Amino acid sequence: MSTDAPKTEAKATGDGKAPLLEAEHVQLYFPIKQGVLIDRTVGHVHAVDDVSLHLNEGETMGVVGESGCGKSTLARCFVRLLEPTDGAIRYRGKDITHLNRKQLDPMRREVQLVFQDPVSSLNPRKRVGQIIGTPLRLHGMEGKKVEARVRDLLGRVGLNPEHINRFPHEFSGGQRQRIGIARALAMEPQLIVLDEPVSALDVSIQAQVVNLLDDLQDDLGLSYVFIAHDLSVVRHVSDQIAVMYLGKLMELSPARELYEKPLHPYTEALLEAIPIPDPEENARRERNVLSGEPPNPINPPSGCRFHTRCPHATEICSAVEPPLAEYATGHVAACHHPRNVTAAEVSAATRSPLSPLSAGEEMPSANGTSTRPSGPSAPSAEGAASAPRAEGEGTSSATATRESDDGGQSA
Amino acid sequence: MADHLLEVDELQVSFVTEDGVVRAVDGVTFNLDRGEVVAIVGESGSGKSVTAMTLMGLTRGPNARFGGSARLDGTELVTATEDQLQKIRGEEIAMIFQDPISSLSPVHRIGDQIVEQIRTHEKVSKAAALDRAVQLMERVGIPRAAERAKAYPHEFSGGMRQRAMIAMALSLSPSVLIADEPTTALDVTIQAQILEEVRQLSRESDSGVIFVTHDLGVVADIADRVVVMYSGRVVEQGTLSEIFYDPQHPYTWGLLGSVTRMDREPPHRLPAIPGTPPSLVNAPSGCHFRPRCPHKFDKCGEVPPLESHLPDAADHLDRCWLDVAEKRKRREVEDGRIGLGTGTVAA
Repeated sequence: MSTDAPKTEAKATGDGKAPLLEAEHVQLYFPIKQGVLIDRTVGHVHAVDDVSLHLNEGETMGVVGESGCGKSTLARCFVRLLEPTDGAIRYRGKDITHLNRKQLDPMRREVQLVFQDPVSSLNPRKRVGQIIGTPLRLHGMEGKKVEARVRDLLGRVGLNPEHINRFPHEFSGGQRQRIGIARALAMEPQLIVLDEPVSALDVSIQAQVVNLLDDLQDDLGLSYVFIAHDLSVVRHVSDQIAVMYLGKLMELSPARELYEKPLHPYTEALLEAIPIPDPEENARRERNVLSGEPPNPINPPSGCRFHTRCPHATEICSAVEPPLAEYATGHVAACHHPRNVTAAEVSAATRSPLSPLSAGEEMPSANGTSTRPSGPSAPSAEGAASAPRAEGEGTSSATATRESDDGGQSA
Repeated sequence: MADHLLEVDELQVSFVTEDGVVRAVDGVTFNLDRGEVVAIVGESGSGKSVTAMTLMGLTRGPNARFGGSARLDGTELVTATEDQLQKIRGEEIAMIFQDPISSLSPVHRIGDQIVEQIRTHEKVSKAAALDRAVQLMERVGIPRAAERAKAYPHEFSGGMRQRAMIAMALSLSPSVLIADEPTTALDVTIQAQILEEVRQLSRESDSGVIFVTHDLGVVADIADRVVVMYSGRVVEQGTLSEIFYDPQHPYTWGLLGSVTRMDREPPHRLPAIPGTPPSLVNAPSGCHFRPRCPHKFDKCGEVPPLESHLPDAADHLDRCWLDVAEKRKRREVEDGRIGLGTGTVAA
């Protein structure tokens, strides 16, 4: 994979501006070292594997996936806490993939990070004023101005400016997360990468923090990358949502469409897995509990990485990595057997330039395993089950029975 | 009344700390029957975990004070001796914790840990106990159980560890199973698997399950009855459908309003409950929810009793001074969603 591969077309924002953040075939493999004197690399953890995304100014990109899918690693690549092993990351059109610390300095002010755990991400021995004031002092602000700015920031995130001399432990979880947000805001950033910012909070407090983030975005024109482990919270904040599985991008879609029309079986499974807080609705709902667990990222499965757990997988899924096919503007999915689409939509789909370089040429087709782009729902030999699938919801009562290597069956 | 499996009556637990007396549990009353799943819902600090742990005798210590009673089949748990508790734990009441990695011994094999529990309570040979351990592991969906019994906890994934915990909890066929946020640390897809497992177990066995959680989606999925806790007190309890379709306490409304629903168009702004839960050291007088409640009035300075207010549901209890008709008028109902409301409806 090289960076001089055909440049992915920047999604025009209407006025033709380049996106704020671009990831192009970003790959990060962590080496696994073994040996006492000589470090031999015996393998790699495929944490992020060829992911391409764009984030436009003022928008929010939600990144969703189970633990170990590489979402946090990707976030750390965006802020360049980690250096990708391949691919390119561009911020405002400038390639920041391999810049050194000093070169990164100007961009560091504009891109900030908010962490999941508000306890461990705040120094327990420093007062709130010092915590929020440090980035200001580091970037040259002095004396009284720092305090005034910190008070201003505390008010901004809904905390009492009088509490400037308190320690983190004197605040509740939600308030501590607000401190983390205030610290991120101190440098007047353009982009904030939020790594599961509300996962550790109670529901009623989650709503407060999500609303705060929403307000800040409206007032300050911020862009967010919002990492989450399930699809419930991101819905409220995201313009686009990227679904990741085992280092790969599975589906990328405008937020609304993803919930109405999930294309990838994994997205569908993620949606079905979330219980609805309404007993009757919940009982009515047909749910296919996904069996097994994500496979080992050191030896990811061949072809589509999801095929070991996918209830709809066929032979082609283990053989050929599906390219990202674009079904509607901005809605792409990497699946040979997309869900909730009509045969016409499938044949009209085009290969997205975001597709991984290693992906095969075969575009999904209406009758499952065939590689011909046309194909109304004439059942093919192996594709008997796939024909009705293309018609939309259909009857998807087939419970997942495939087992991954370590998977359990929920029988 | 004595026909319930577990009867908790006005349970109180407080801890003496440097900052003052923390009234962690301040009046918890509920019953559990055989074959039933009772969910205890509340935010962090509501006392739901302390309640669960007190039933197991795990909150005892020099600074802990207890009041009220909790009877399991007639045996008083609050005043039980350590010896009695030793026998009750595992055999009568078993617990599944939130974090399986810190609740399993990292230096013992999974199978051995289950065997140890069985052999502490029953006189059986090691081989027989191991057989049973493997069977249990199979029952909770651990593949290749015989082989996996020899593995250490770190070789298990999060979901598998939680399954191992469940297998261990079931090893002595307890009559009460307490699950303290068993799925909170797991991914949604694994959560769905574990919930399926718990549901099946409660159906198959004749034991009662206390399911502690903060997630109303999980509650809707698994519970028969729901106990809502706020700041150490039970504020409301009733059947699953009563709590979701006719909730009587403003806190329950707020809680229901702030959860996201995947099957509905999202609201423009997430409804949140304003403010934060009170400190348990200096809890407000009267109704604990008063400072955050938009519907409060002068009567709320007194602690409302946990009483039945619904004429046709004697088992539905709540702690609120508002009149039932008034409450139905005030809470916000739109498109299957009940919200806290703003309190602007004329009284």
